[in-house]
Amino acid sequence: MNRSTSGKWWLYGLLSIAVVIVSAPFLWMVVGSFKTTPELRRNPPTWLPEHATLDNYTQLFARLDFGTYFFNSTVVAVVVTAGNLLFCSMLGYALAMLDFRGKKALFGVVMATLLIPGVVTFVPLFVLVANAGLVDTLPGLMLPFLAAPFGVFLMRQFILGLPRDLLDAGRVDGAGELRIFARIFLPLCGPALATLGILTFLGSWNNFLWPLVVAQTEDTYTLPVALALYSKGQNSTNYGLLLAGATVVVMPVLLVFLAFQRRVIEGIATTGIK
Amino acid sequence: MSTLADGVDTARREEAPPGRRRPRRRRQEGNAAWLLALPFCLLFLVFTVWPVLQSLFMSITDTRAKDLRTPFSVDIIGLDNYTRALSDENFLQAVRNTAYFVVVGVPLTLVMALAAAVALDRGISRFRSVFRLGFYTPVVTSIVAVAVVWQFLLNRQFGLINTVLGWVGINGPNWLGDPDWSMPALIMMASWRNFGTGMIIFLAGLQAVPWALHEAAAIDGASAWQRFRHITLPMLRPTLLFVSVTTMIGYLQFFEEPFVMTNGGPLNSTVSMSLYTYRQFGFGNYGYAASLSYIIFVVVAIVTALQFRALREKE
Repeated sequence: MNRSTSGKWWLYGLLSIAVVIVSAPFLWMVVGSFKTTPELRRNPPTWLPEHATLDNYTQLFARLDFGTYFFNSTVVAVVVTAGNLLFCSMLGYALAMLDFRGKKALFGVVMATLLIPGVVTFVPLFVLVANAGLVDTLPGLMLPFLAAPFGVFLMRQFILGLPRDLLDAGRVDGAGELRIFARIFLPLCGPALATLGILTFLGSWNNFLWPLVVAQTEDTYTLPVALALYSKGQNSTNYGLLLAGATVVVMPVLLVFLAFQRRVIEGIATTGIK
Repeated sequence: MSTLADGVDTARREEAPPGRRRPRRRRQEGNAAWLLALPFCLLFLVFTVWPVLQSLFMSITDTRAKDLRTPFSVDIIGLDNYTRALSDENFLQAVRNTAYFVVVGVPLTLVMALAAAVALDRGISRFRSVFRLGFYTPVVTSIVAVAVVWQFLLNRQFGLINTVLGWVGINGPNWLGDPDWSMPALIMMASWRNFGTGMIIFLAGLQAVPWALHEAAAIDGASAWQRFRHITLPMLRPTLLFVSVTTMIGYLQFFEEPFVMTNGGPLNSTVSMSLYTYRQFGFGNYGYAASLSYIIFVVVAIVTALQFRALREKE
């Protein structure tokens, strides 16, 4: 469309303005994290920091222990991601390729729970985790999220698209059922596993309600919990500190996302679910 | 999507004539399948199915935090928690707030998503992926973190938003401190953060709209708006249904935004159903909190069903 490339300069202009507006909060966050709080409270605001400082970051890690929260967030996200990759691909494969009693019912029940709001389960989950003595522990933060229905759906859909002949060929060669899954099909699931892995990692990193309930001391806080609680406590007007905290929470996922953005966007476009 | 997959299933089954596989092979297959399903099923039973049922049971009891160690001391009180909710003025306020958030927020998010998708799909040919990336980025970030940042942006005196409004002579409101402006502020932030998801799904849906139809209509003198209204929009209906349902399900449960930015205030103007449920849990009223969570669940289910109906019937 020659007409559209030359004649639509105004659309490029409009979209550029829109992108600037959409990214402005992030730019403001990063720039602001290098300003002092008195400078942040000035009206009209300064654009670039007058005396760029790392004070906010040193305070976060020296005084407020953000290193621990960062570690907790990372461990929880890594374990939850690993669990979902393993368990969801196993069940997804069984549902896509194998025949067994109760298959339809199992798939139906798992899919039905996709609709259930997280708020429905958290009260009894808390009682369960409390009775198991896991409140305020990292396993308590991870366990309820190790196997999520969304991953089963995604893996099943992907494996349905793989050639069934591979299964028959493996059987003819005398390979056991589990071996066929682990050695033939799993290596072919790379793209789906990558999508599921990234989406699960992002979801776990940003998860809030459950960690807020279970993490009760600073030893088990994850980053969002720590940031939310500090933003309401005695640091609530220490804007420099809070913007630096938000930057620490946002930057890792932003980098993961930018590195794998094509996978993430394709994953959302094909499954339709974030 | 599942109907499509089921179709594939049956097609495959028809290829292989029944009874050809030996029973031993079948049994091995079934055992292997259950072995593969077992870890997921165990976790799923303990951490999803059981809590969903337990929550329903709890909602008809007077369970409180102190009953945690003595589960047999709770009494079944029937539907008392539910009737209590329907006459709890604070909960009803939370219901109204949530309705406000959904009724204004969902259409706004959808319009932003659709506008961005249409502009990127047909309007431009270069830098498409750069724009797409820019619009999608807020979706992947933590709501808590962006809420902290927006709280600062929305500050009455030194926030960026009121500064920019000041350039054009508008005296910006005290966004988060004024009960009339607090909810619009939260809606603005939620739409900003979430429209990227809808945009991506719309972009996928727009692939199915035949460009030839647009060209033919253009030759017949149809304006861009007419073509959008009578060609693109009707063909996009399934996608529209999907995006509006998923957005609405998400918005019905909004929690982090008021938790961080307003704590439900001012004057309870931003307490959401989820936030109110969380507070009741915090007070130790587990039975009552469970009944509130089931009310949210029922509302989600009803709204989803209604929306499927409304958008289907127009076809």
